[in-house]
Parts: sequence; C-alpha cells; structure tokens
Amino acid sequence: MLRPFRADLHVHTCLSPCAELDMTPRQIVDAAKGKGLDILAITDHNSAENTEATRRAASGSGLVVLSGMEITSSEEVHVLALFEGGEDVMRMQDVIYENLPPGENDEELYGEQVVVNEFDEVMGFNTRLLITATRLSLEALVGMIHSCGGLCVASHIDREAFSVISQLGFIPGDAGFDALEFSSRLERDEAEERFGHLKTFPWVSSSDAHYIADVGGRTVTFTMEEPTLDEIRLALRVADGRRTDWP
Amino acid sequence: MNLSNVVEKLSLDVKTTKGDLSREVTGCYISDLLSDVMAHAQEGEVWITLQTHPNIAAVAVLRNLAGIIITNDRSPEADTLKKAEAEGMPIAVSPESTFDVGGKLYQLLRC
Repeated sequence: MLRPFRADLHVHTCLSPCAELDMTPRQIVDAAKGKGLDILAITDHNSAENTEATRRAASGSGLVVLSGMEITSSEEVHVLALFEGGEDVMRMQDVIYENLPPGENDEELYGEQVVVNEFDEVMGFNTRLLITATRLSLEALVGMIHSCGGLCVASHIDREAFSVISQLGFIPGDAGFDALEFSSRLERDEAEERFGHLKTFPWVSSSDAHYIADVGGRTVTFTMEEPTLDEIRLALRVADGRRTDWP
Repeated sequence: MNLSNVVEKLSLDVKTTKGDLSREVTGCYISDLLSDVMAHAQEGEVWITLQTHPNIAAVAVLRNLAGIIITNDRSPEADTLKKAEAEGMPIAVSPESTFDVGGKLYQLLRC
C-alpha cells in the first residue's frame, strides 16, 4: 500500500567543518522526530564517517536514516550521493578518499571535523581536507555513485556557489542525475518560474541543514510503499502510482 | 591579431583538429564559472579557464568566442574535444598559470 513519507535528504553533521558542533547523531534524530520526519539522509562533505552512528542513534525510533555524502566534483559541483547504508556508502567513501588531494584540515580556518558515536561521544577527528574538491569529474562521479548502488542528486541548483549551474552554466543533457535539489531559500512558484525548463528531471528540496534548528526545515514527500532507497528511486520515476512532491 | 598569432606567441598547444585559427581575437575573458562566462564574455574574445568539462565548448559557441585556452597543464576531456570539433571551436592548452597566460595575452592585445 502506498503512503506518504516526509524526507529531508540533505543534513550535515559535526563532521562537516562548516556545521555546528551540536549536529550530533542523537540531537539530529531528536530534531528530525520533532519535525515529524520519516526519512533523513546524512550528507557530510566528502565523508560518510558519521552515517552509521546516526543510523544506530535512530534505531527503534521509527526514523529511517539513509547514508550519504555531499561530494565535490573536480568542477566544484556539489552532488548528493545517497545509499541505503552499510557497505555501499563505505565503498563510495573509499573512492572519494582516494581522490581527495593531499593536505590536512586546518581547524582554525575551516572548522572541526568531529567523528562521533551513536551516544554523541567524540571518537576522534577526521584530519583529511574534506572541504576541497575531489579529482573526480562530474561524469565519473555520477557513474561511480550509480555503480555503488546509490542515487545521485544535483545539490541546491538554485545557488550561486557550488551548483551544477553556477559551475557549468547549464545541466548537461546526459548528466545522469536522479533528481535536482532546490535549496530551502527557494519557494516552489519561484522554482517553476526560473527552472521550469528542467522538468525532465525529478525535483526535490531539502534543508541542507548545518544547524540543529534547520533540520527538517524543508522536506520532500515521497508517496511509496516503504521508506527505502529502492522505493525512493521508484517514487522519483513516478512508478506505479508512486509520487514525489514538494512542498 | 588572429588566433594563430596568439597560439604562436604564447606557445600554446592546440588540441582540436577543426576550428578557425585565422579568426580575429578582439579581447579576452577569464573565469572558471561557466554561468559567469555565459553572462559576461563578449563575441570574438578568447576565454581562459581551468574547466575541462564538455560544457565549455557549448558556452564558447553560445557567446561566439574565438577560442578557449585551458591553463595549468590541464587537459580537456575526450568528450569536450569531440564537442568542440563538432562546433568548430578551437581549444588550446598551456602548462602555464592563468596569471601568466592572461598577462602575456594582455600585453599582446592591449599594450
């Protein structure tokens, strides 16, 4: 039976140097439950090291947590890679780590990259330079996400920094995105007006939360059978009565 | 000054096999944001960039630019060359930085 599931597919944790330190698994799960979300995706910059902890923190809460990353292509395009969890996202993370340029994070300049467990305890600090661009071209990156079993969403295409449109002028016809994401700064009618020509792709919108107060601040509703990545894939394709709606 | 003079004076390596190198170069635009190039580059200019994605060919054609110079020893993707050749848009590369290539070009065109 089909039913609606509210999802925020773009949430950073304290692993992202630009996110607040309060973005820990338990606090994020509590905030998401408070906003009535059914599905949440953890998408830190070029790393998935806090995804398992957040999945464990949500265990038994009714909230489904997808494991993801917000990956930076060599063109400096931000792309969401969404996985069900477990091995797939770790395989993808291995590819990303192999393609990050050398260099260490400077906490003074960029912020801390905190790895935590499901009890919000600090396990360590990621020392890689996560905020930078990988060496993977957009085309290679999209292909890699798909071959690891993930969904690939072009991040915040309405923004003037790090979006596929700001970096590449327009969306290549063969881009292979499973969906385009609009930021919470954009209302639906403005998106229709400015991006109506991009209706060939499914549209989603999410919070891109870096602060606890913003978790679930923008959601997309999937009408589907169960809260899984496979069902989201079908809902994006409007298969057999499934749907994707925002707001 | 035409494009082949620019290629010679800046010791550029032309990667495309098709395209008009006799075209007059009227100026230069430097940017790595393709949205910005679409909004601001002027017809007849050469465009200096680090970007190598296939979209650079389409953007250069859209603005009717004279050609594209990719700096810092970066190479255009295979698809980029294919698209540029199909559109007759010359692409050349240089091992030098954008500062050096742009500075030399400024001297050639404006001094």
